[in-house]
Amino acid sequence: MKKSSFVQTVLNSPYIIWSAIFVIVPLLMVIYYAFTNESGDFSLNNIIEIKDYASTFLLSVGYGAVATFICLILAYPFAYFLSHSGASFQRMSIMLVMLPMWMSFLIRTYSWMTILGDSGLINRFLGLFSIGPAAMLNTPQAVILGMVYNFLPYMILPLYTVISKMDGSLIEAAQDLGCGKLQTLKKVVLPLSVPGIASGVTMVFVPSVSTFYITQKLGGGQITLIGDVIEGQFQTAYNYNLGAALSLVLMVMILICLGVLGYFTDDKDDGGVLM
Amino acid sequence: MTKNSKLSKIYIILIFIFLYAPMAVTMVYSFNGTESTYVMSGLSTQWYLKLFHDNATMNALKNTIILAVVSAAISTVFGTMAAVGINNMRNKYLKSAVMTTTNIPMMNPEIVTGISMMLLFVFAGALLHKKDVLGFTTLLIAHITFELPYVILSILPKLKQTDICIYEAAQDLGCHPLKAFFKVVFPEIRPGIVSGAIMAFTLSLDDFIISYFTNGPSFQTLPIHIFSMTKKRVKPDMYALSTIIFVIIFILLILMNIAQVKSEKNKKKKKSGEMDL
Repeated sequence: MKKSSFVQTVLNSPYIIWSAIFVIVPLLMVIYYAFTNESGDFSLNNIIEIKDYASTFLLSVGYGAVATFICLILAYPFAYFLSHSGASFQRMSIMLVMLPMWMSFLIRTYSWMTILGDSGLINRFLGLFSIGPAAMLNTPQAVILGMVYNFLPYMILPLYTVISKMDGSLIEAAQDLGCGKLQTLKKVVLPLSVPGIASGVTMVFVPSVSTFYITQKLGGGQITLIGDVIEGQFQTAYNYNLGAALSLVLMVMILICLGVLGYFTDDKDDGGVLM
Repeated sequence: MTKNSKLSKIYIILIFIFLYAPMAVTMVYSFNGTESTYVMSGLSTQWYLKLFHDNATMNALKNTIILAVVSAAISTVFGTMAAVGINNMRNKYLKSAVMTTTNIPMMNPEIVTGISMMLLFVFAGALLHKKDVLGFTTLLIAHITFELPYVILSILPKLKQTDICIYEAAQDLGCHPLKAFFKVVFPEIRPGIVSGAIMAFTLSLDDFIISYFTNGPSFQTLPIHIFSMTKKRVKPDMYALSTIIFVIIFILLILMNIAQVKSEKNKKKKKSGEMDL
């Protein structure tokens, strides 16, 4: 008995020490920097300054919510149709959905500029009919498009996992009992896919709210979200204290959003259903 | 084939067009004869040649691979030990505390993970009166930290399926605990370890946000290099790079797919063979 508890300590302690130093302590550092000024004295100035960014926070949540909603609307039929296709088609399609996740999202986002720009592909096509050029880049729509494009696979995968593992006999039972196709979808399929929806929404919403590259490239600096402000504080303004305070609020805000989501979906599983 | 299933196929294909349009564009423009990423004029492979002769890019590529291999190796060993430890934990509260901590880097926005680690490194650097603390070591620490949860969470389910009695039986029959682990438990959890290692490796290769805050000028990875390139007007050489990455990943995925199909077929054969016996 004693021996096994010794083995236990040897196995556990490196990881516990590691995550204490590199997961917990960094979060404490964020709090420390948020409540001190440049010379390291206690100060509430950063927290007070945050109220200047209240509208940016709201705007970020708005963009994140819209992008997440569009992803859900696009991904649900995709996952549903896919899970009812042939086995080899499913296998190939899932591979094609995962492939973009492994490629540099920087270049993939940048190349939308080639498509949407004033002298880009769409505008030159429209030019053939002497329409335009339509300003598509540097608009809110372009930023939303960038978010949907980048994070759509993270919505598709959990939805597909849940729908394809669904017990087919439940659907048959509903139909036997006189449910129409639409009713079956509403009463059986949708409620059963709630865990997948919850984990997809989380995986799209969190990176959308905190993004900074997409807004810089496709928003052209016209649209500033909270990720841009935080990035600016650390990489150009070098005001770590304000940056830390903003990150703290971002973190708390996302935790609240996830808490609300968890409350509504009543997700009993811990952990995601990604794979 | 019914009308409905045709419509659903069309929908699936439309989504794929949306997902792959930018990549198709980068592929075409990587063969552009001129410097533009907007106007296509003439075909050439000059951007591929330029890419291979670009020292900064090649150096960044080398750094990325070194970092991915080292961090994935360390986090796999570390993560396997931790998963076994967590699985055997008797103390309920300690176990849930450790699991919550494991989930933090996965739930937190990457930007917060990145800056929290940067603050720690900067603070430690100030304490030690060391300038330019950010470099290979800090990147390595950051990558191991965000890879560990993925490794642990891909091994834990396999451990739960493993029957602890067989491990105990091996020890009763005189096996050293370590030998018993490698003879009994390890083969059972190997698929989890392999998929955890692959995930750690690919996450490291592709990571931009966390690296962006924890890297220093002395050690730049490919995503960081690409970021600084896209700050200026991009030339088609970046598109050439993207095309090469695409082709490599595409081939790897197809090979993995073939291997999977083969192993499934083998399993089926084995099963039917056993049935015959």
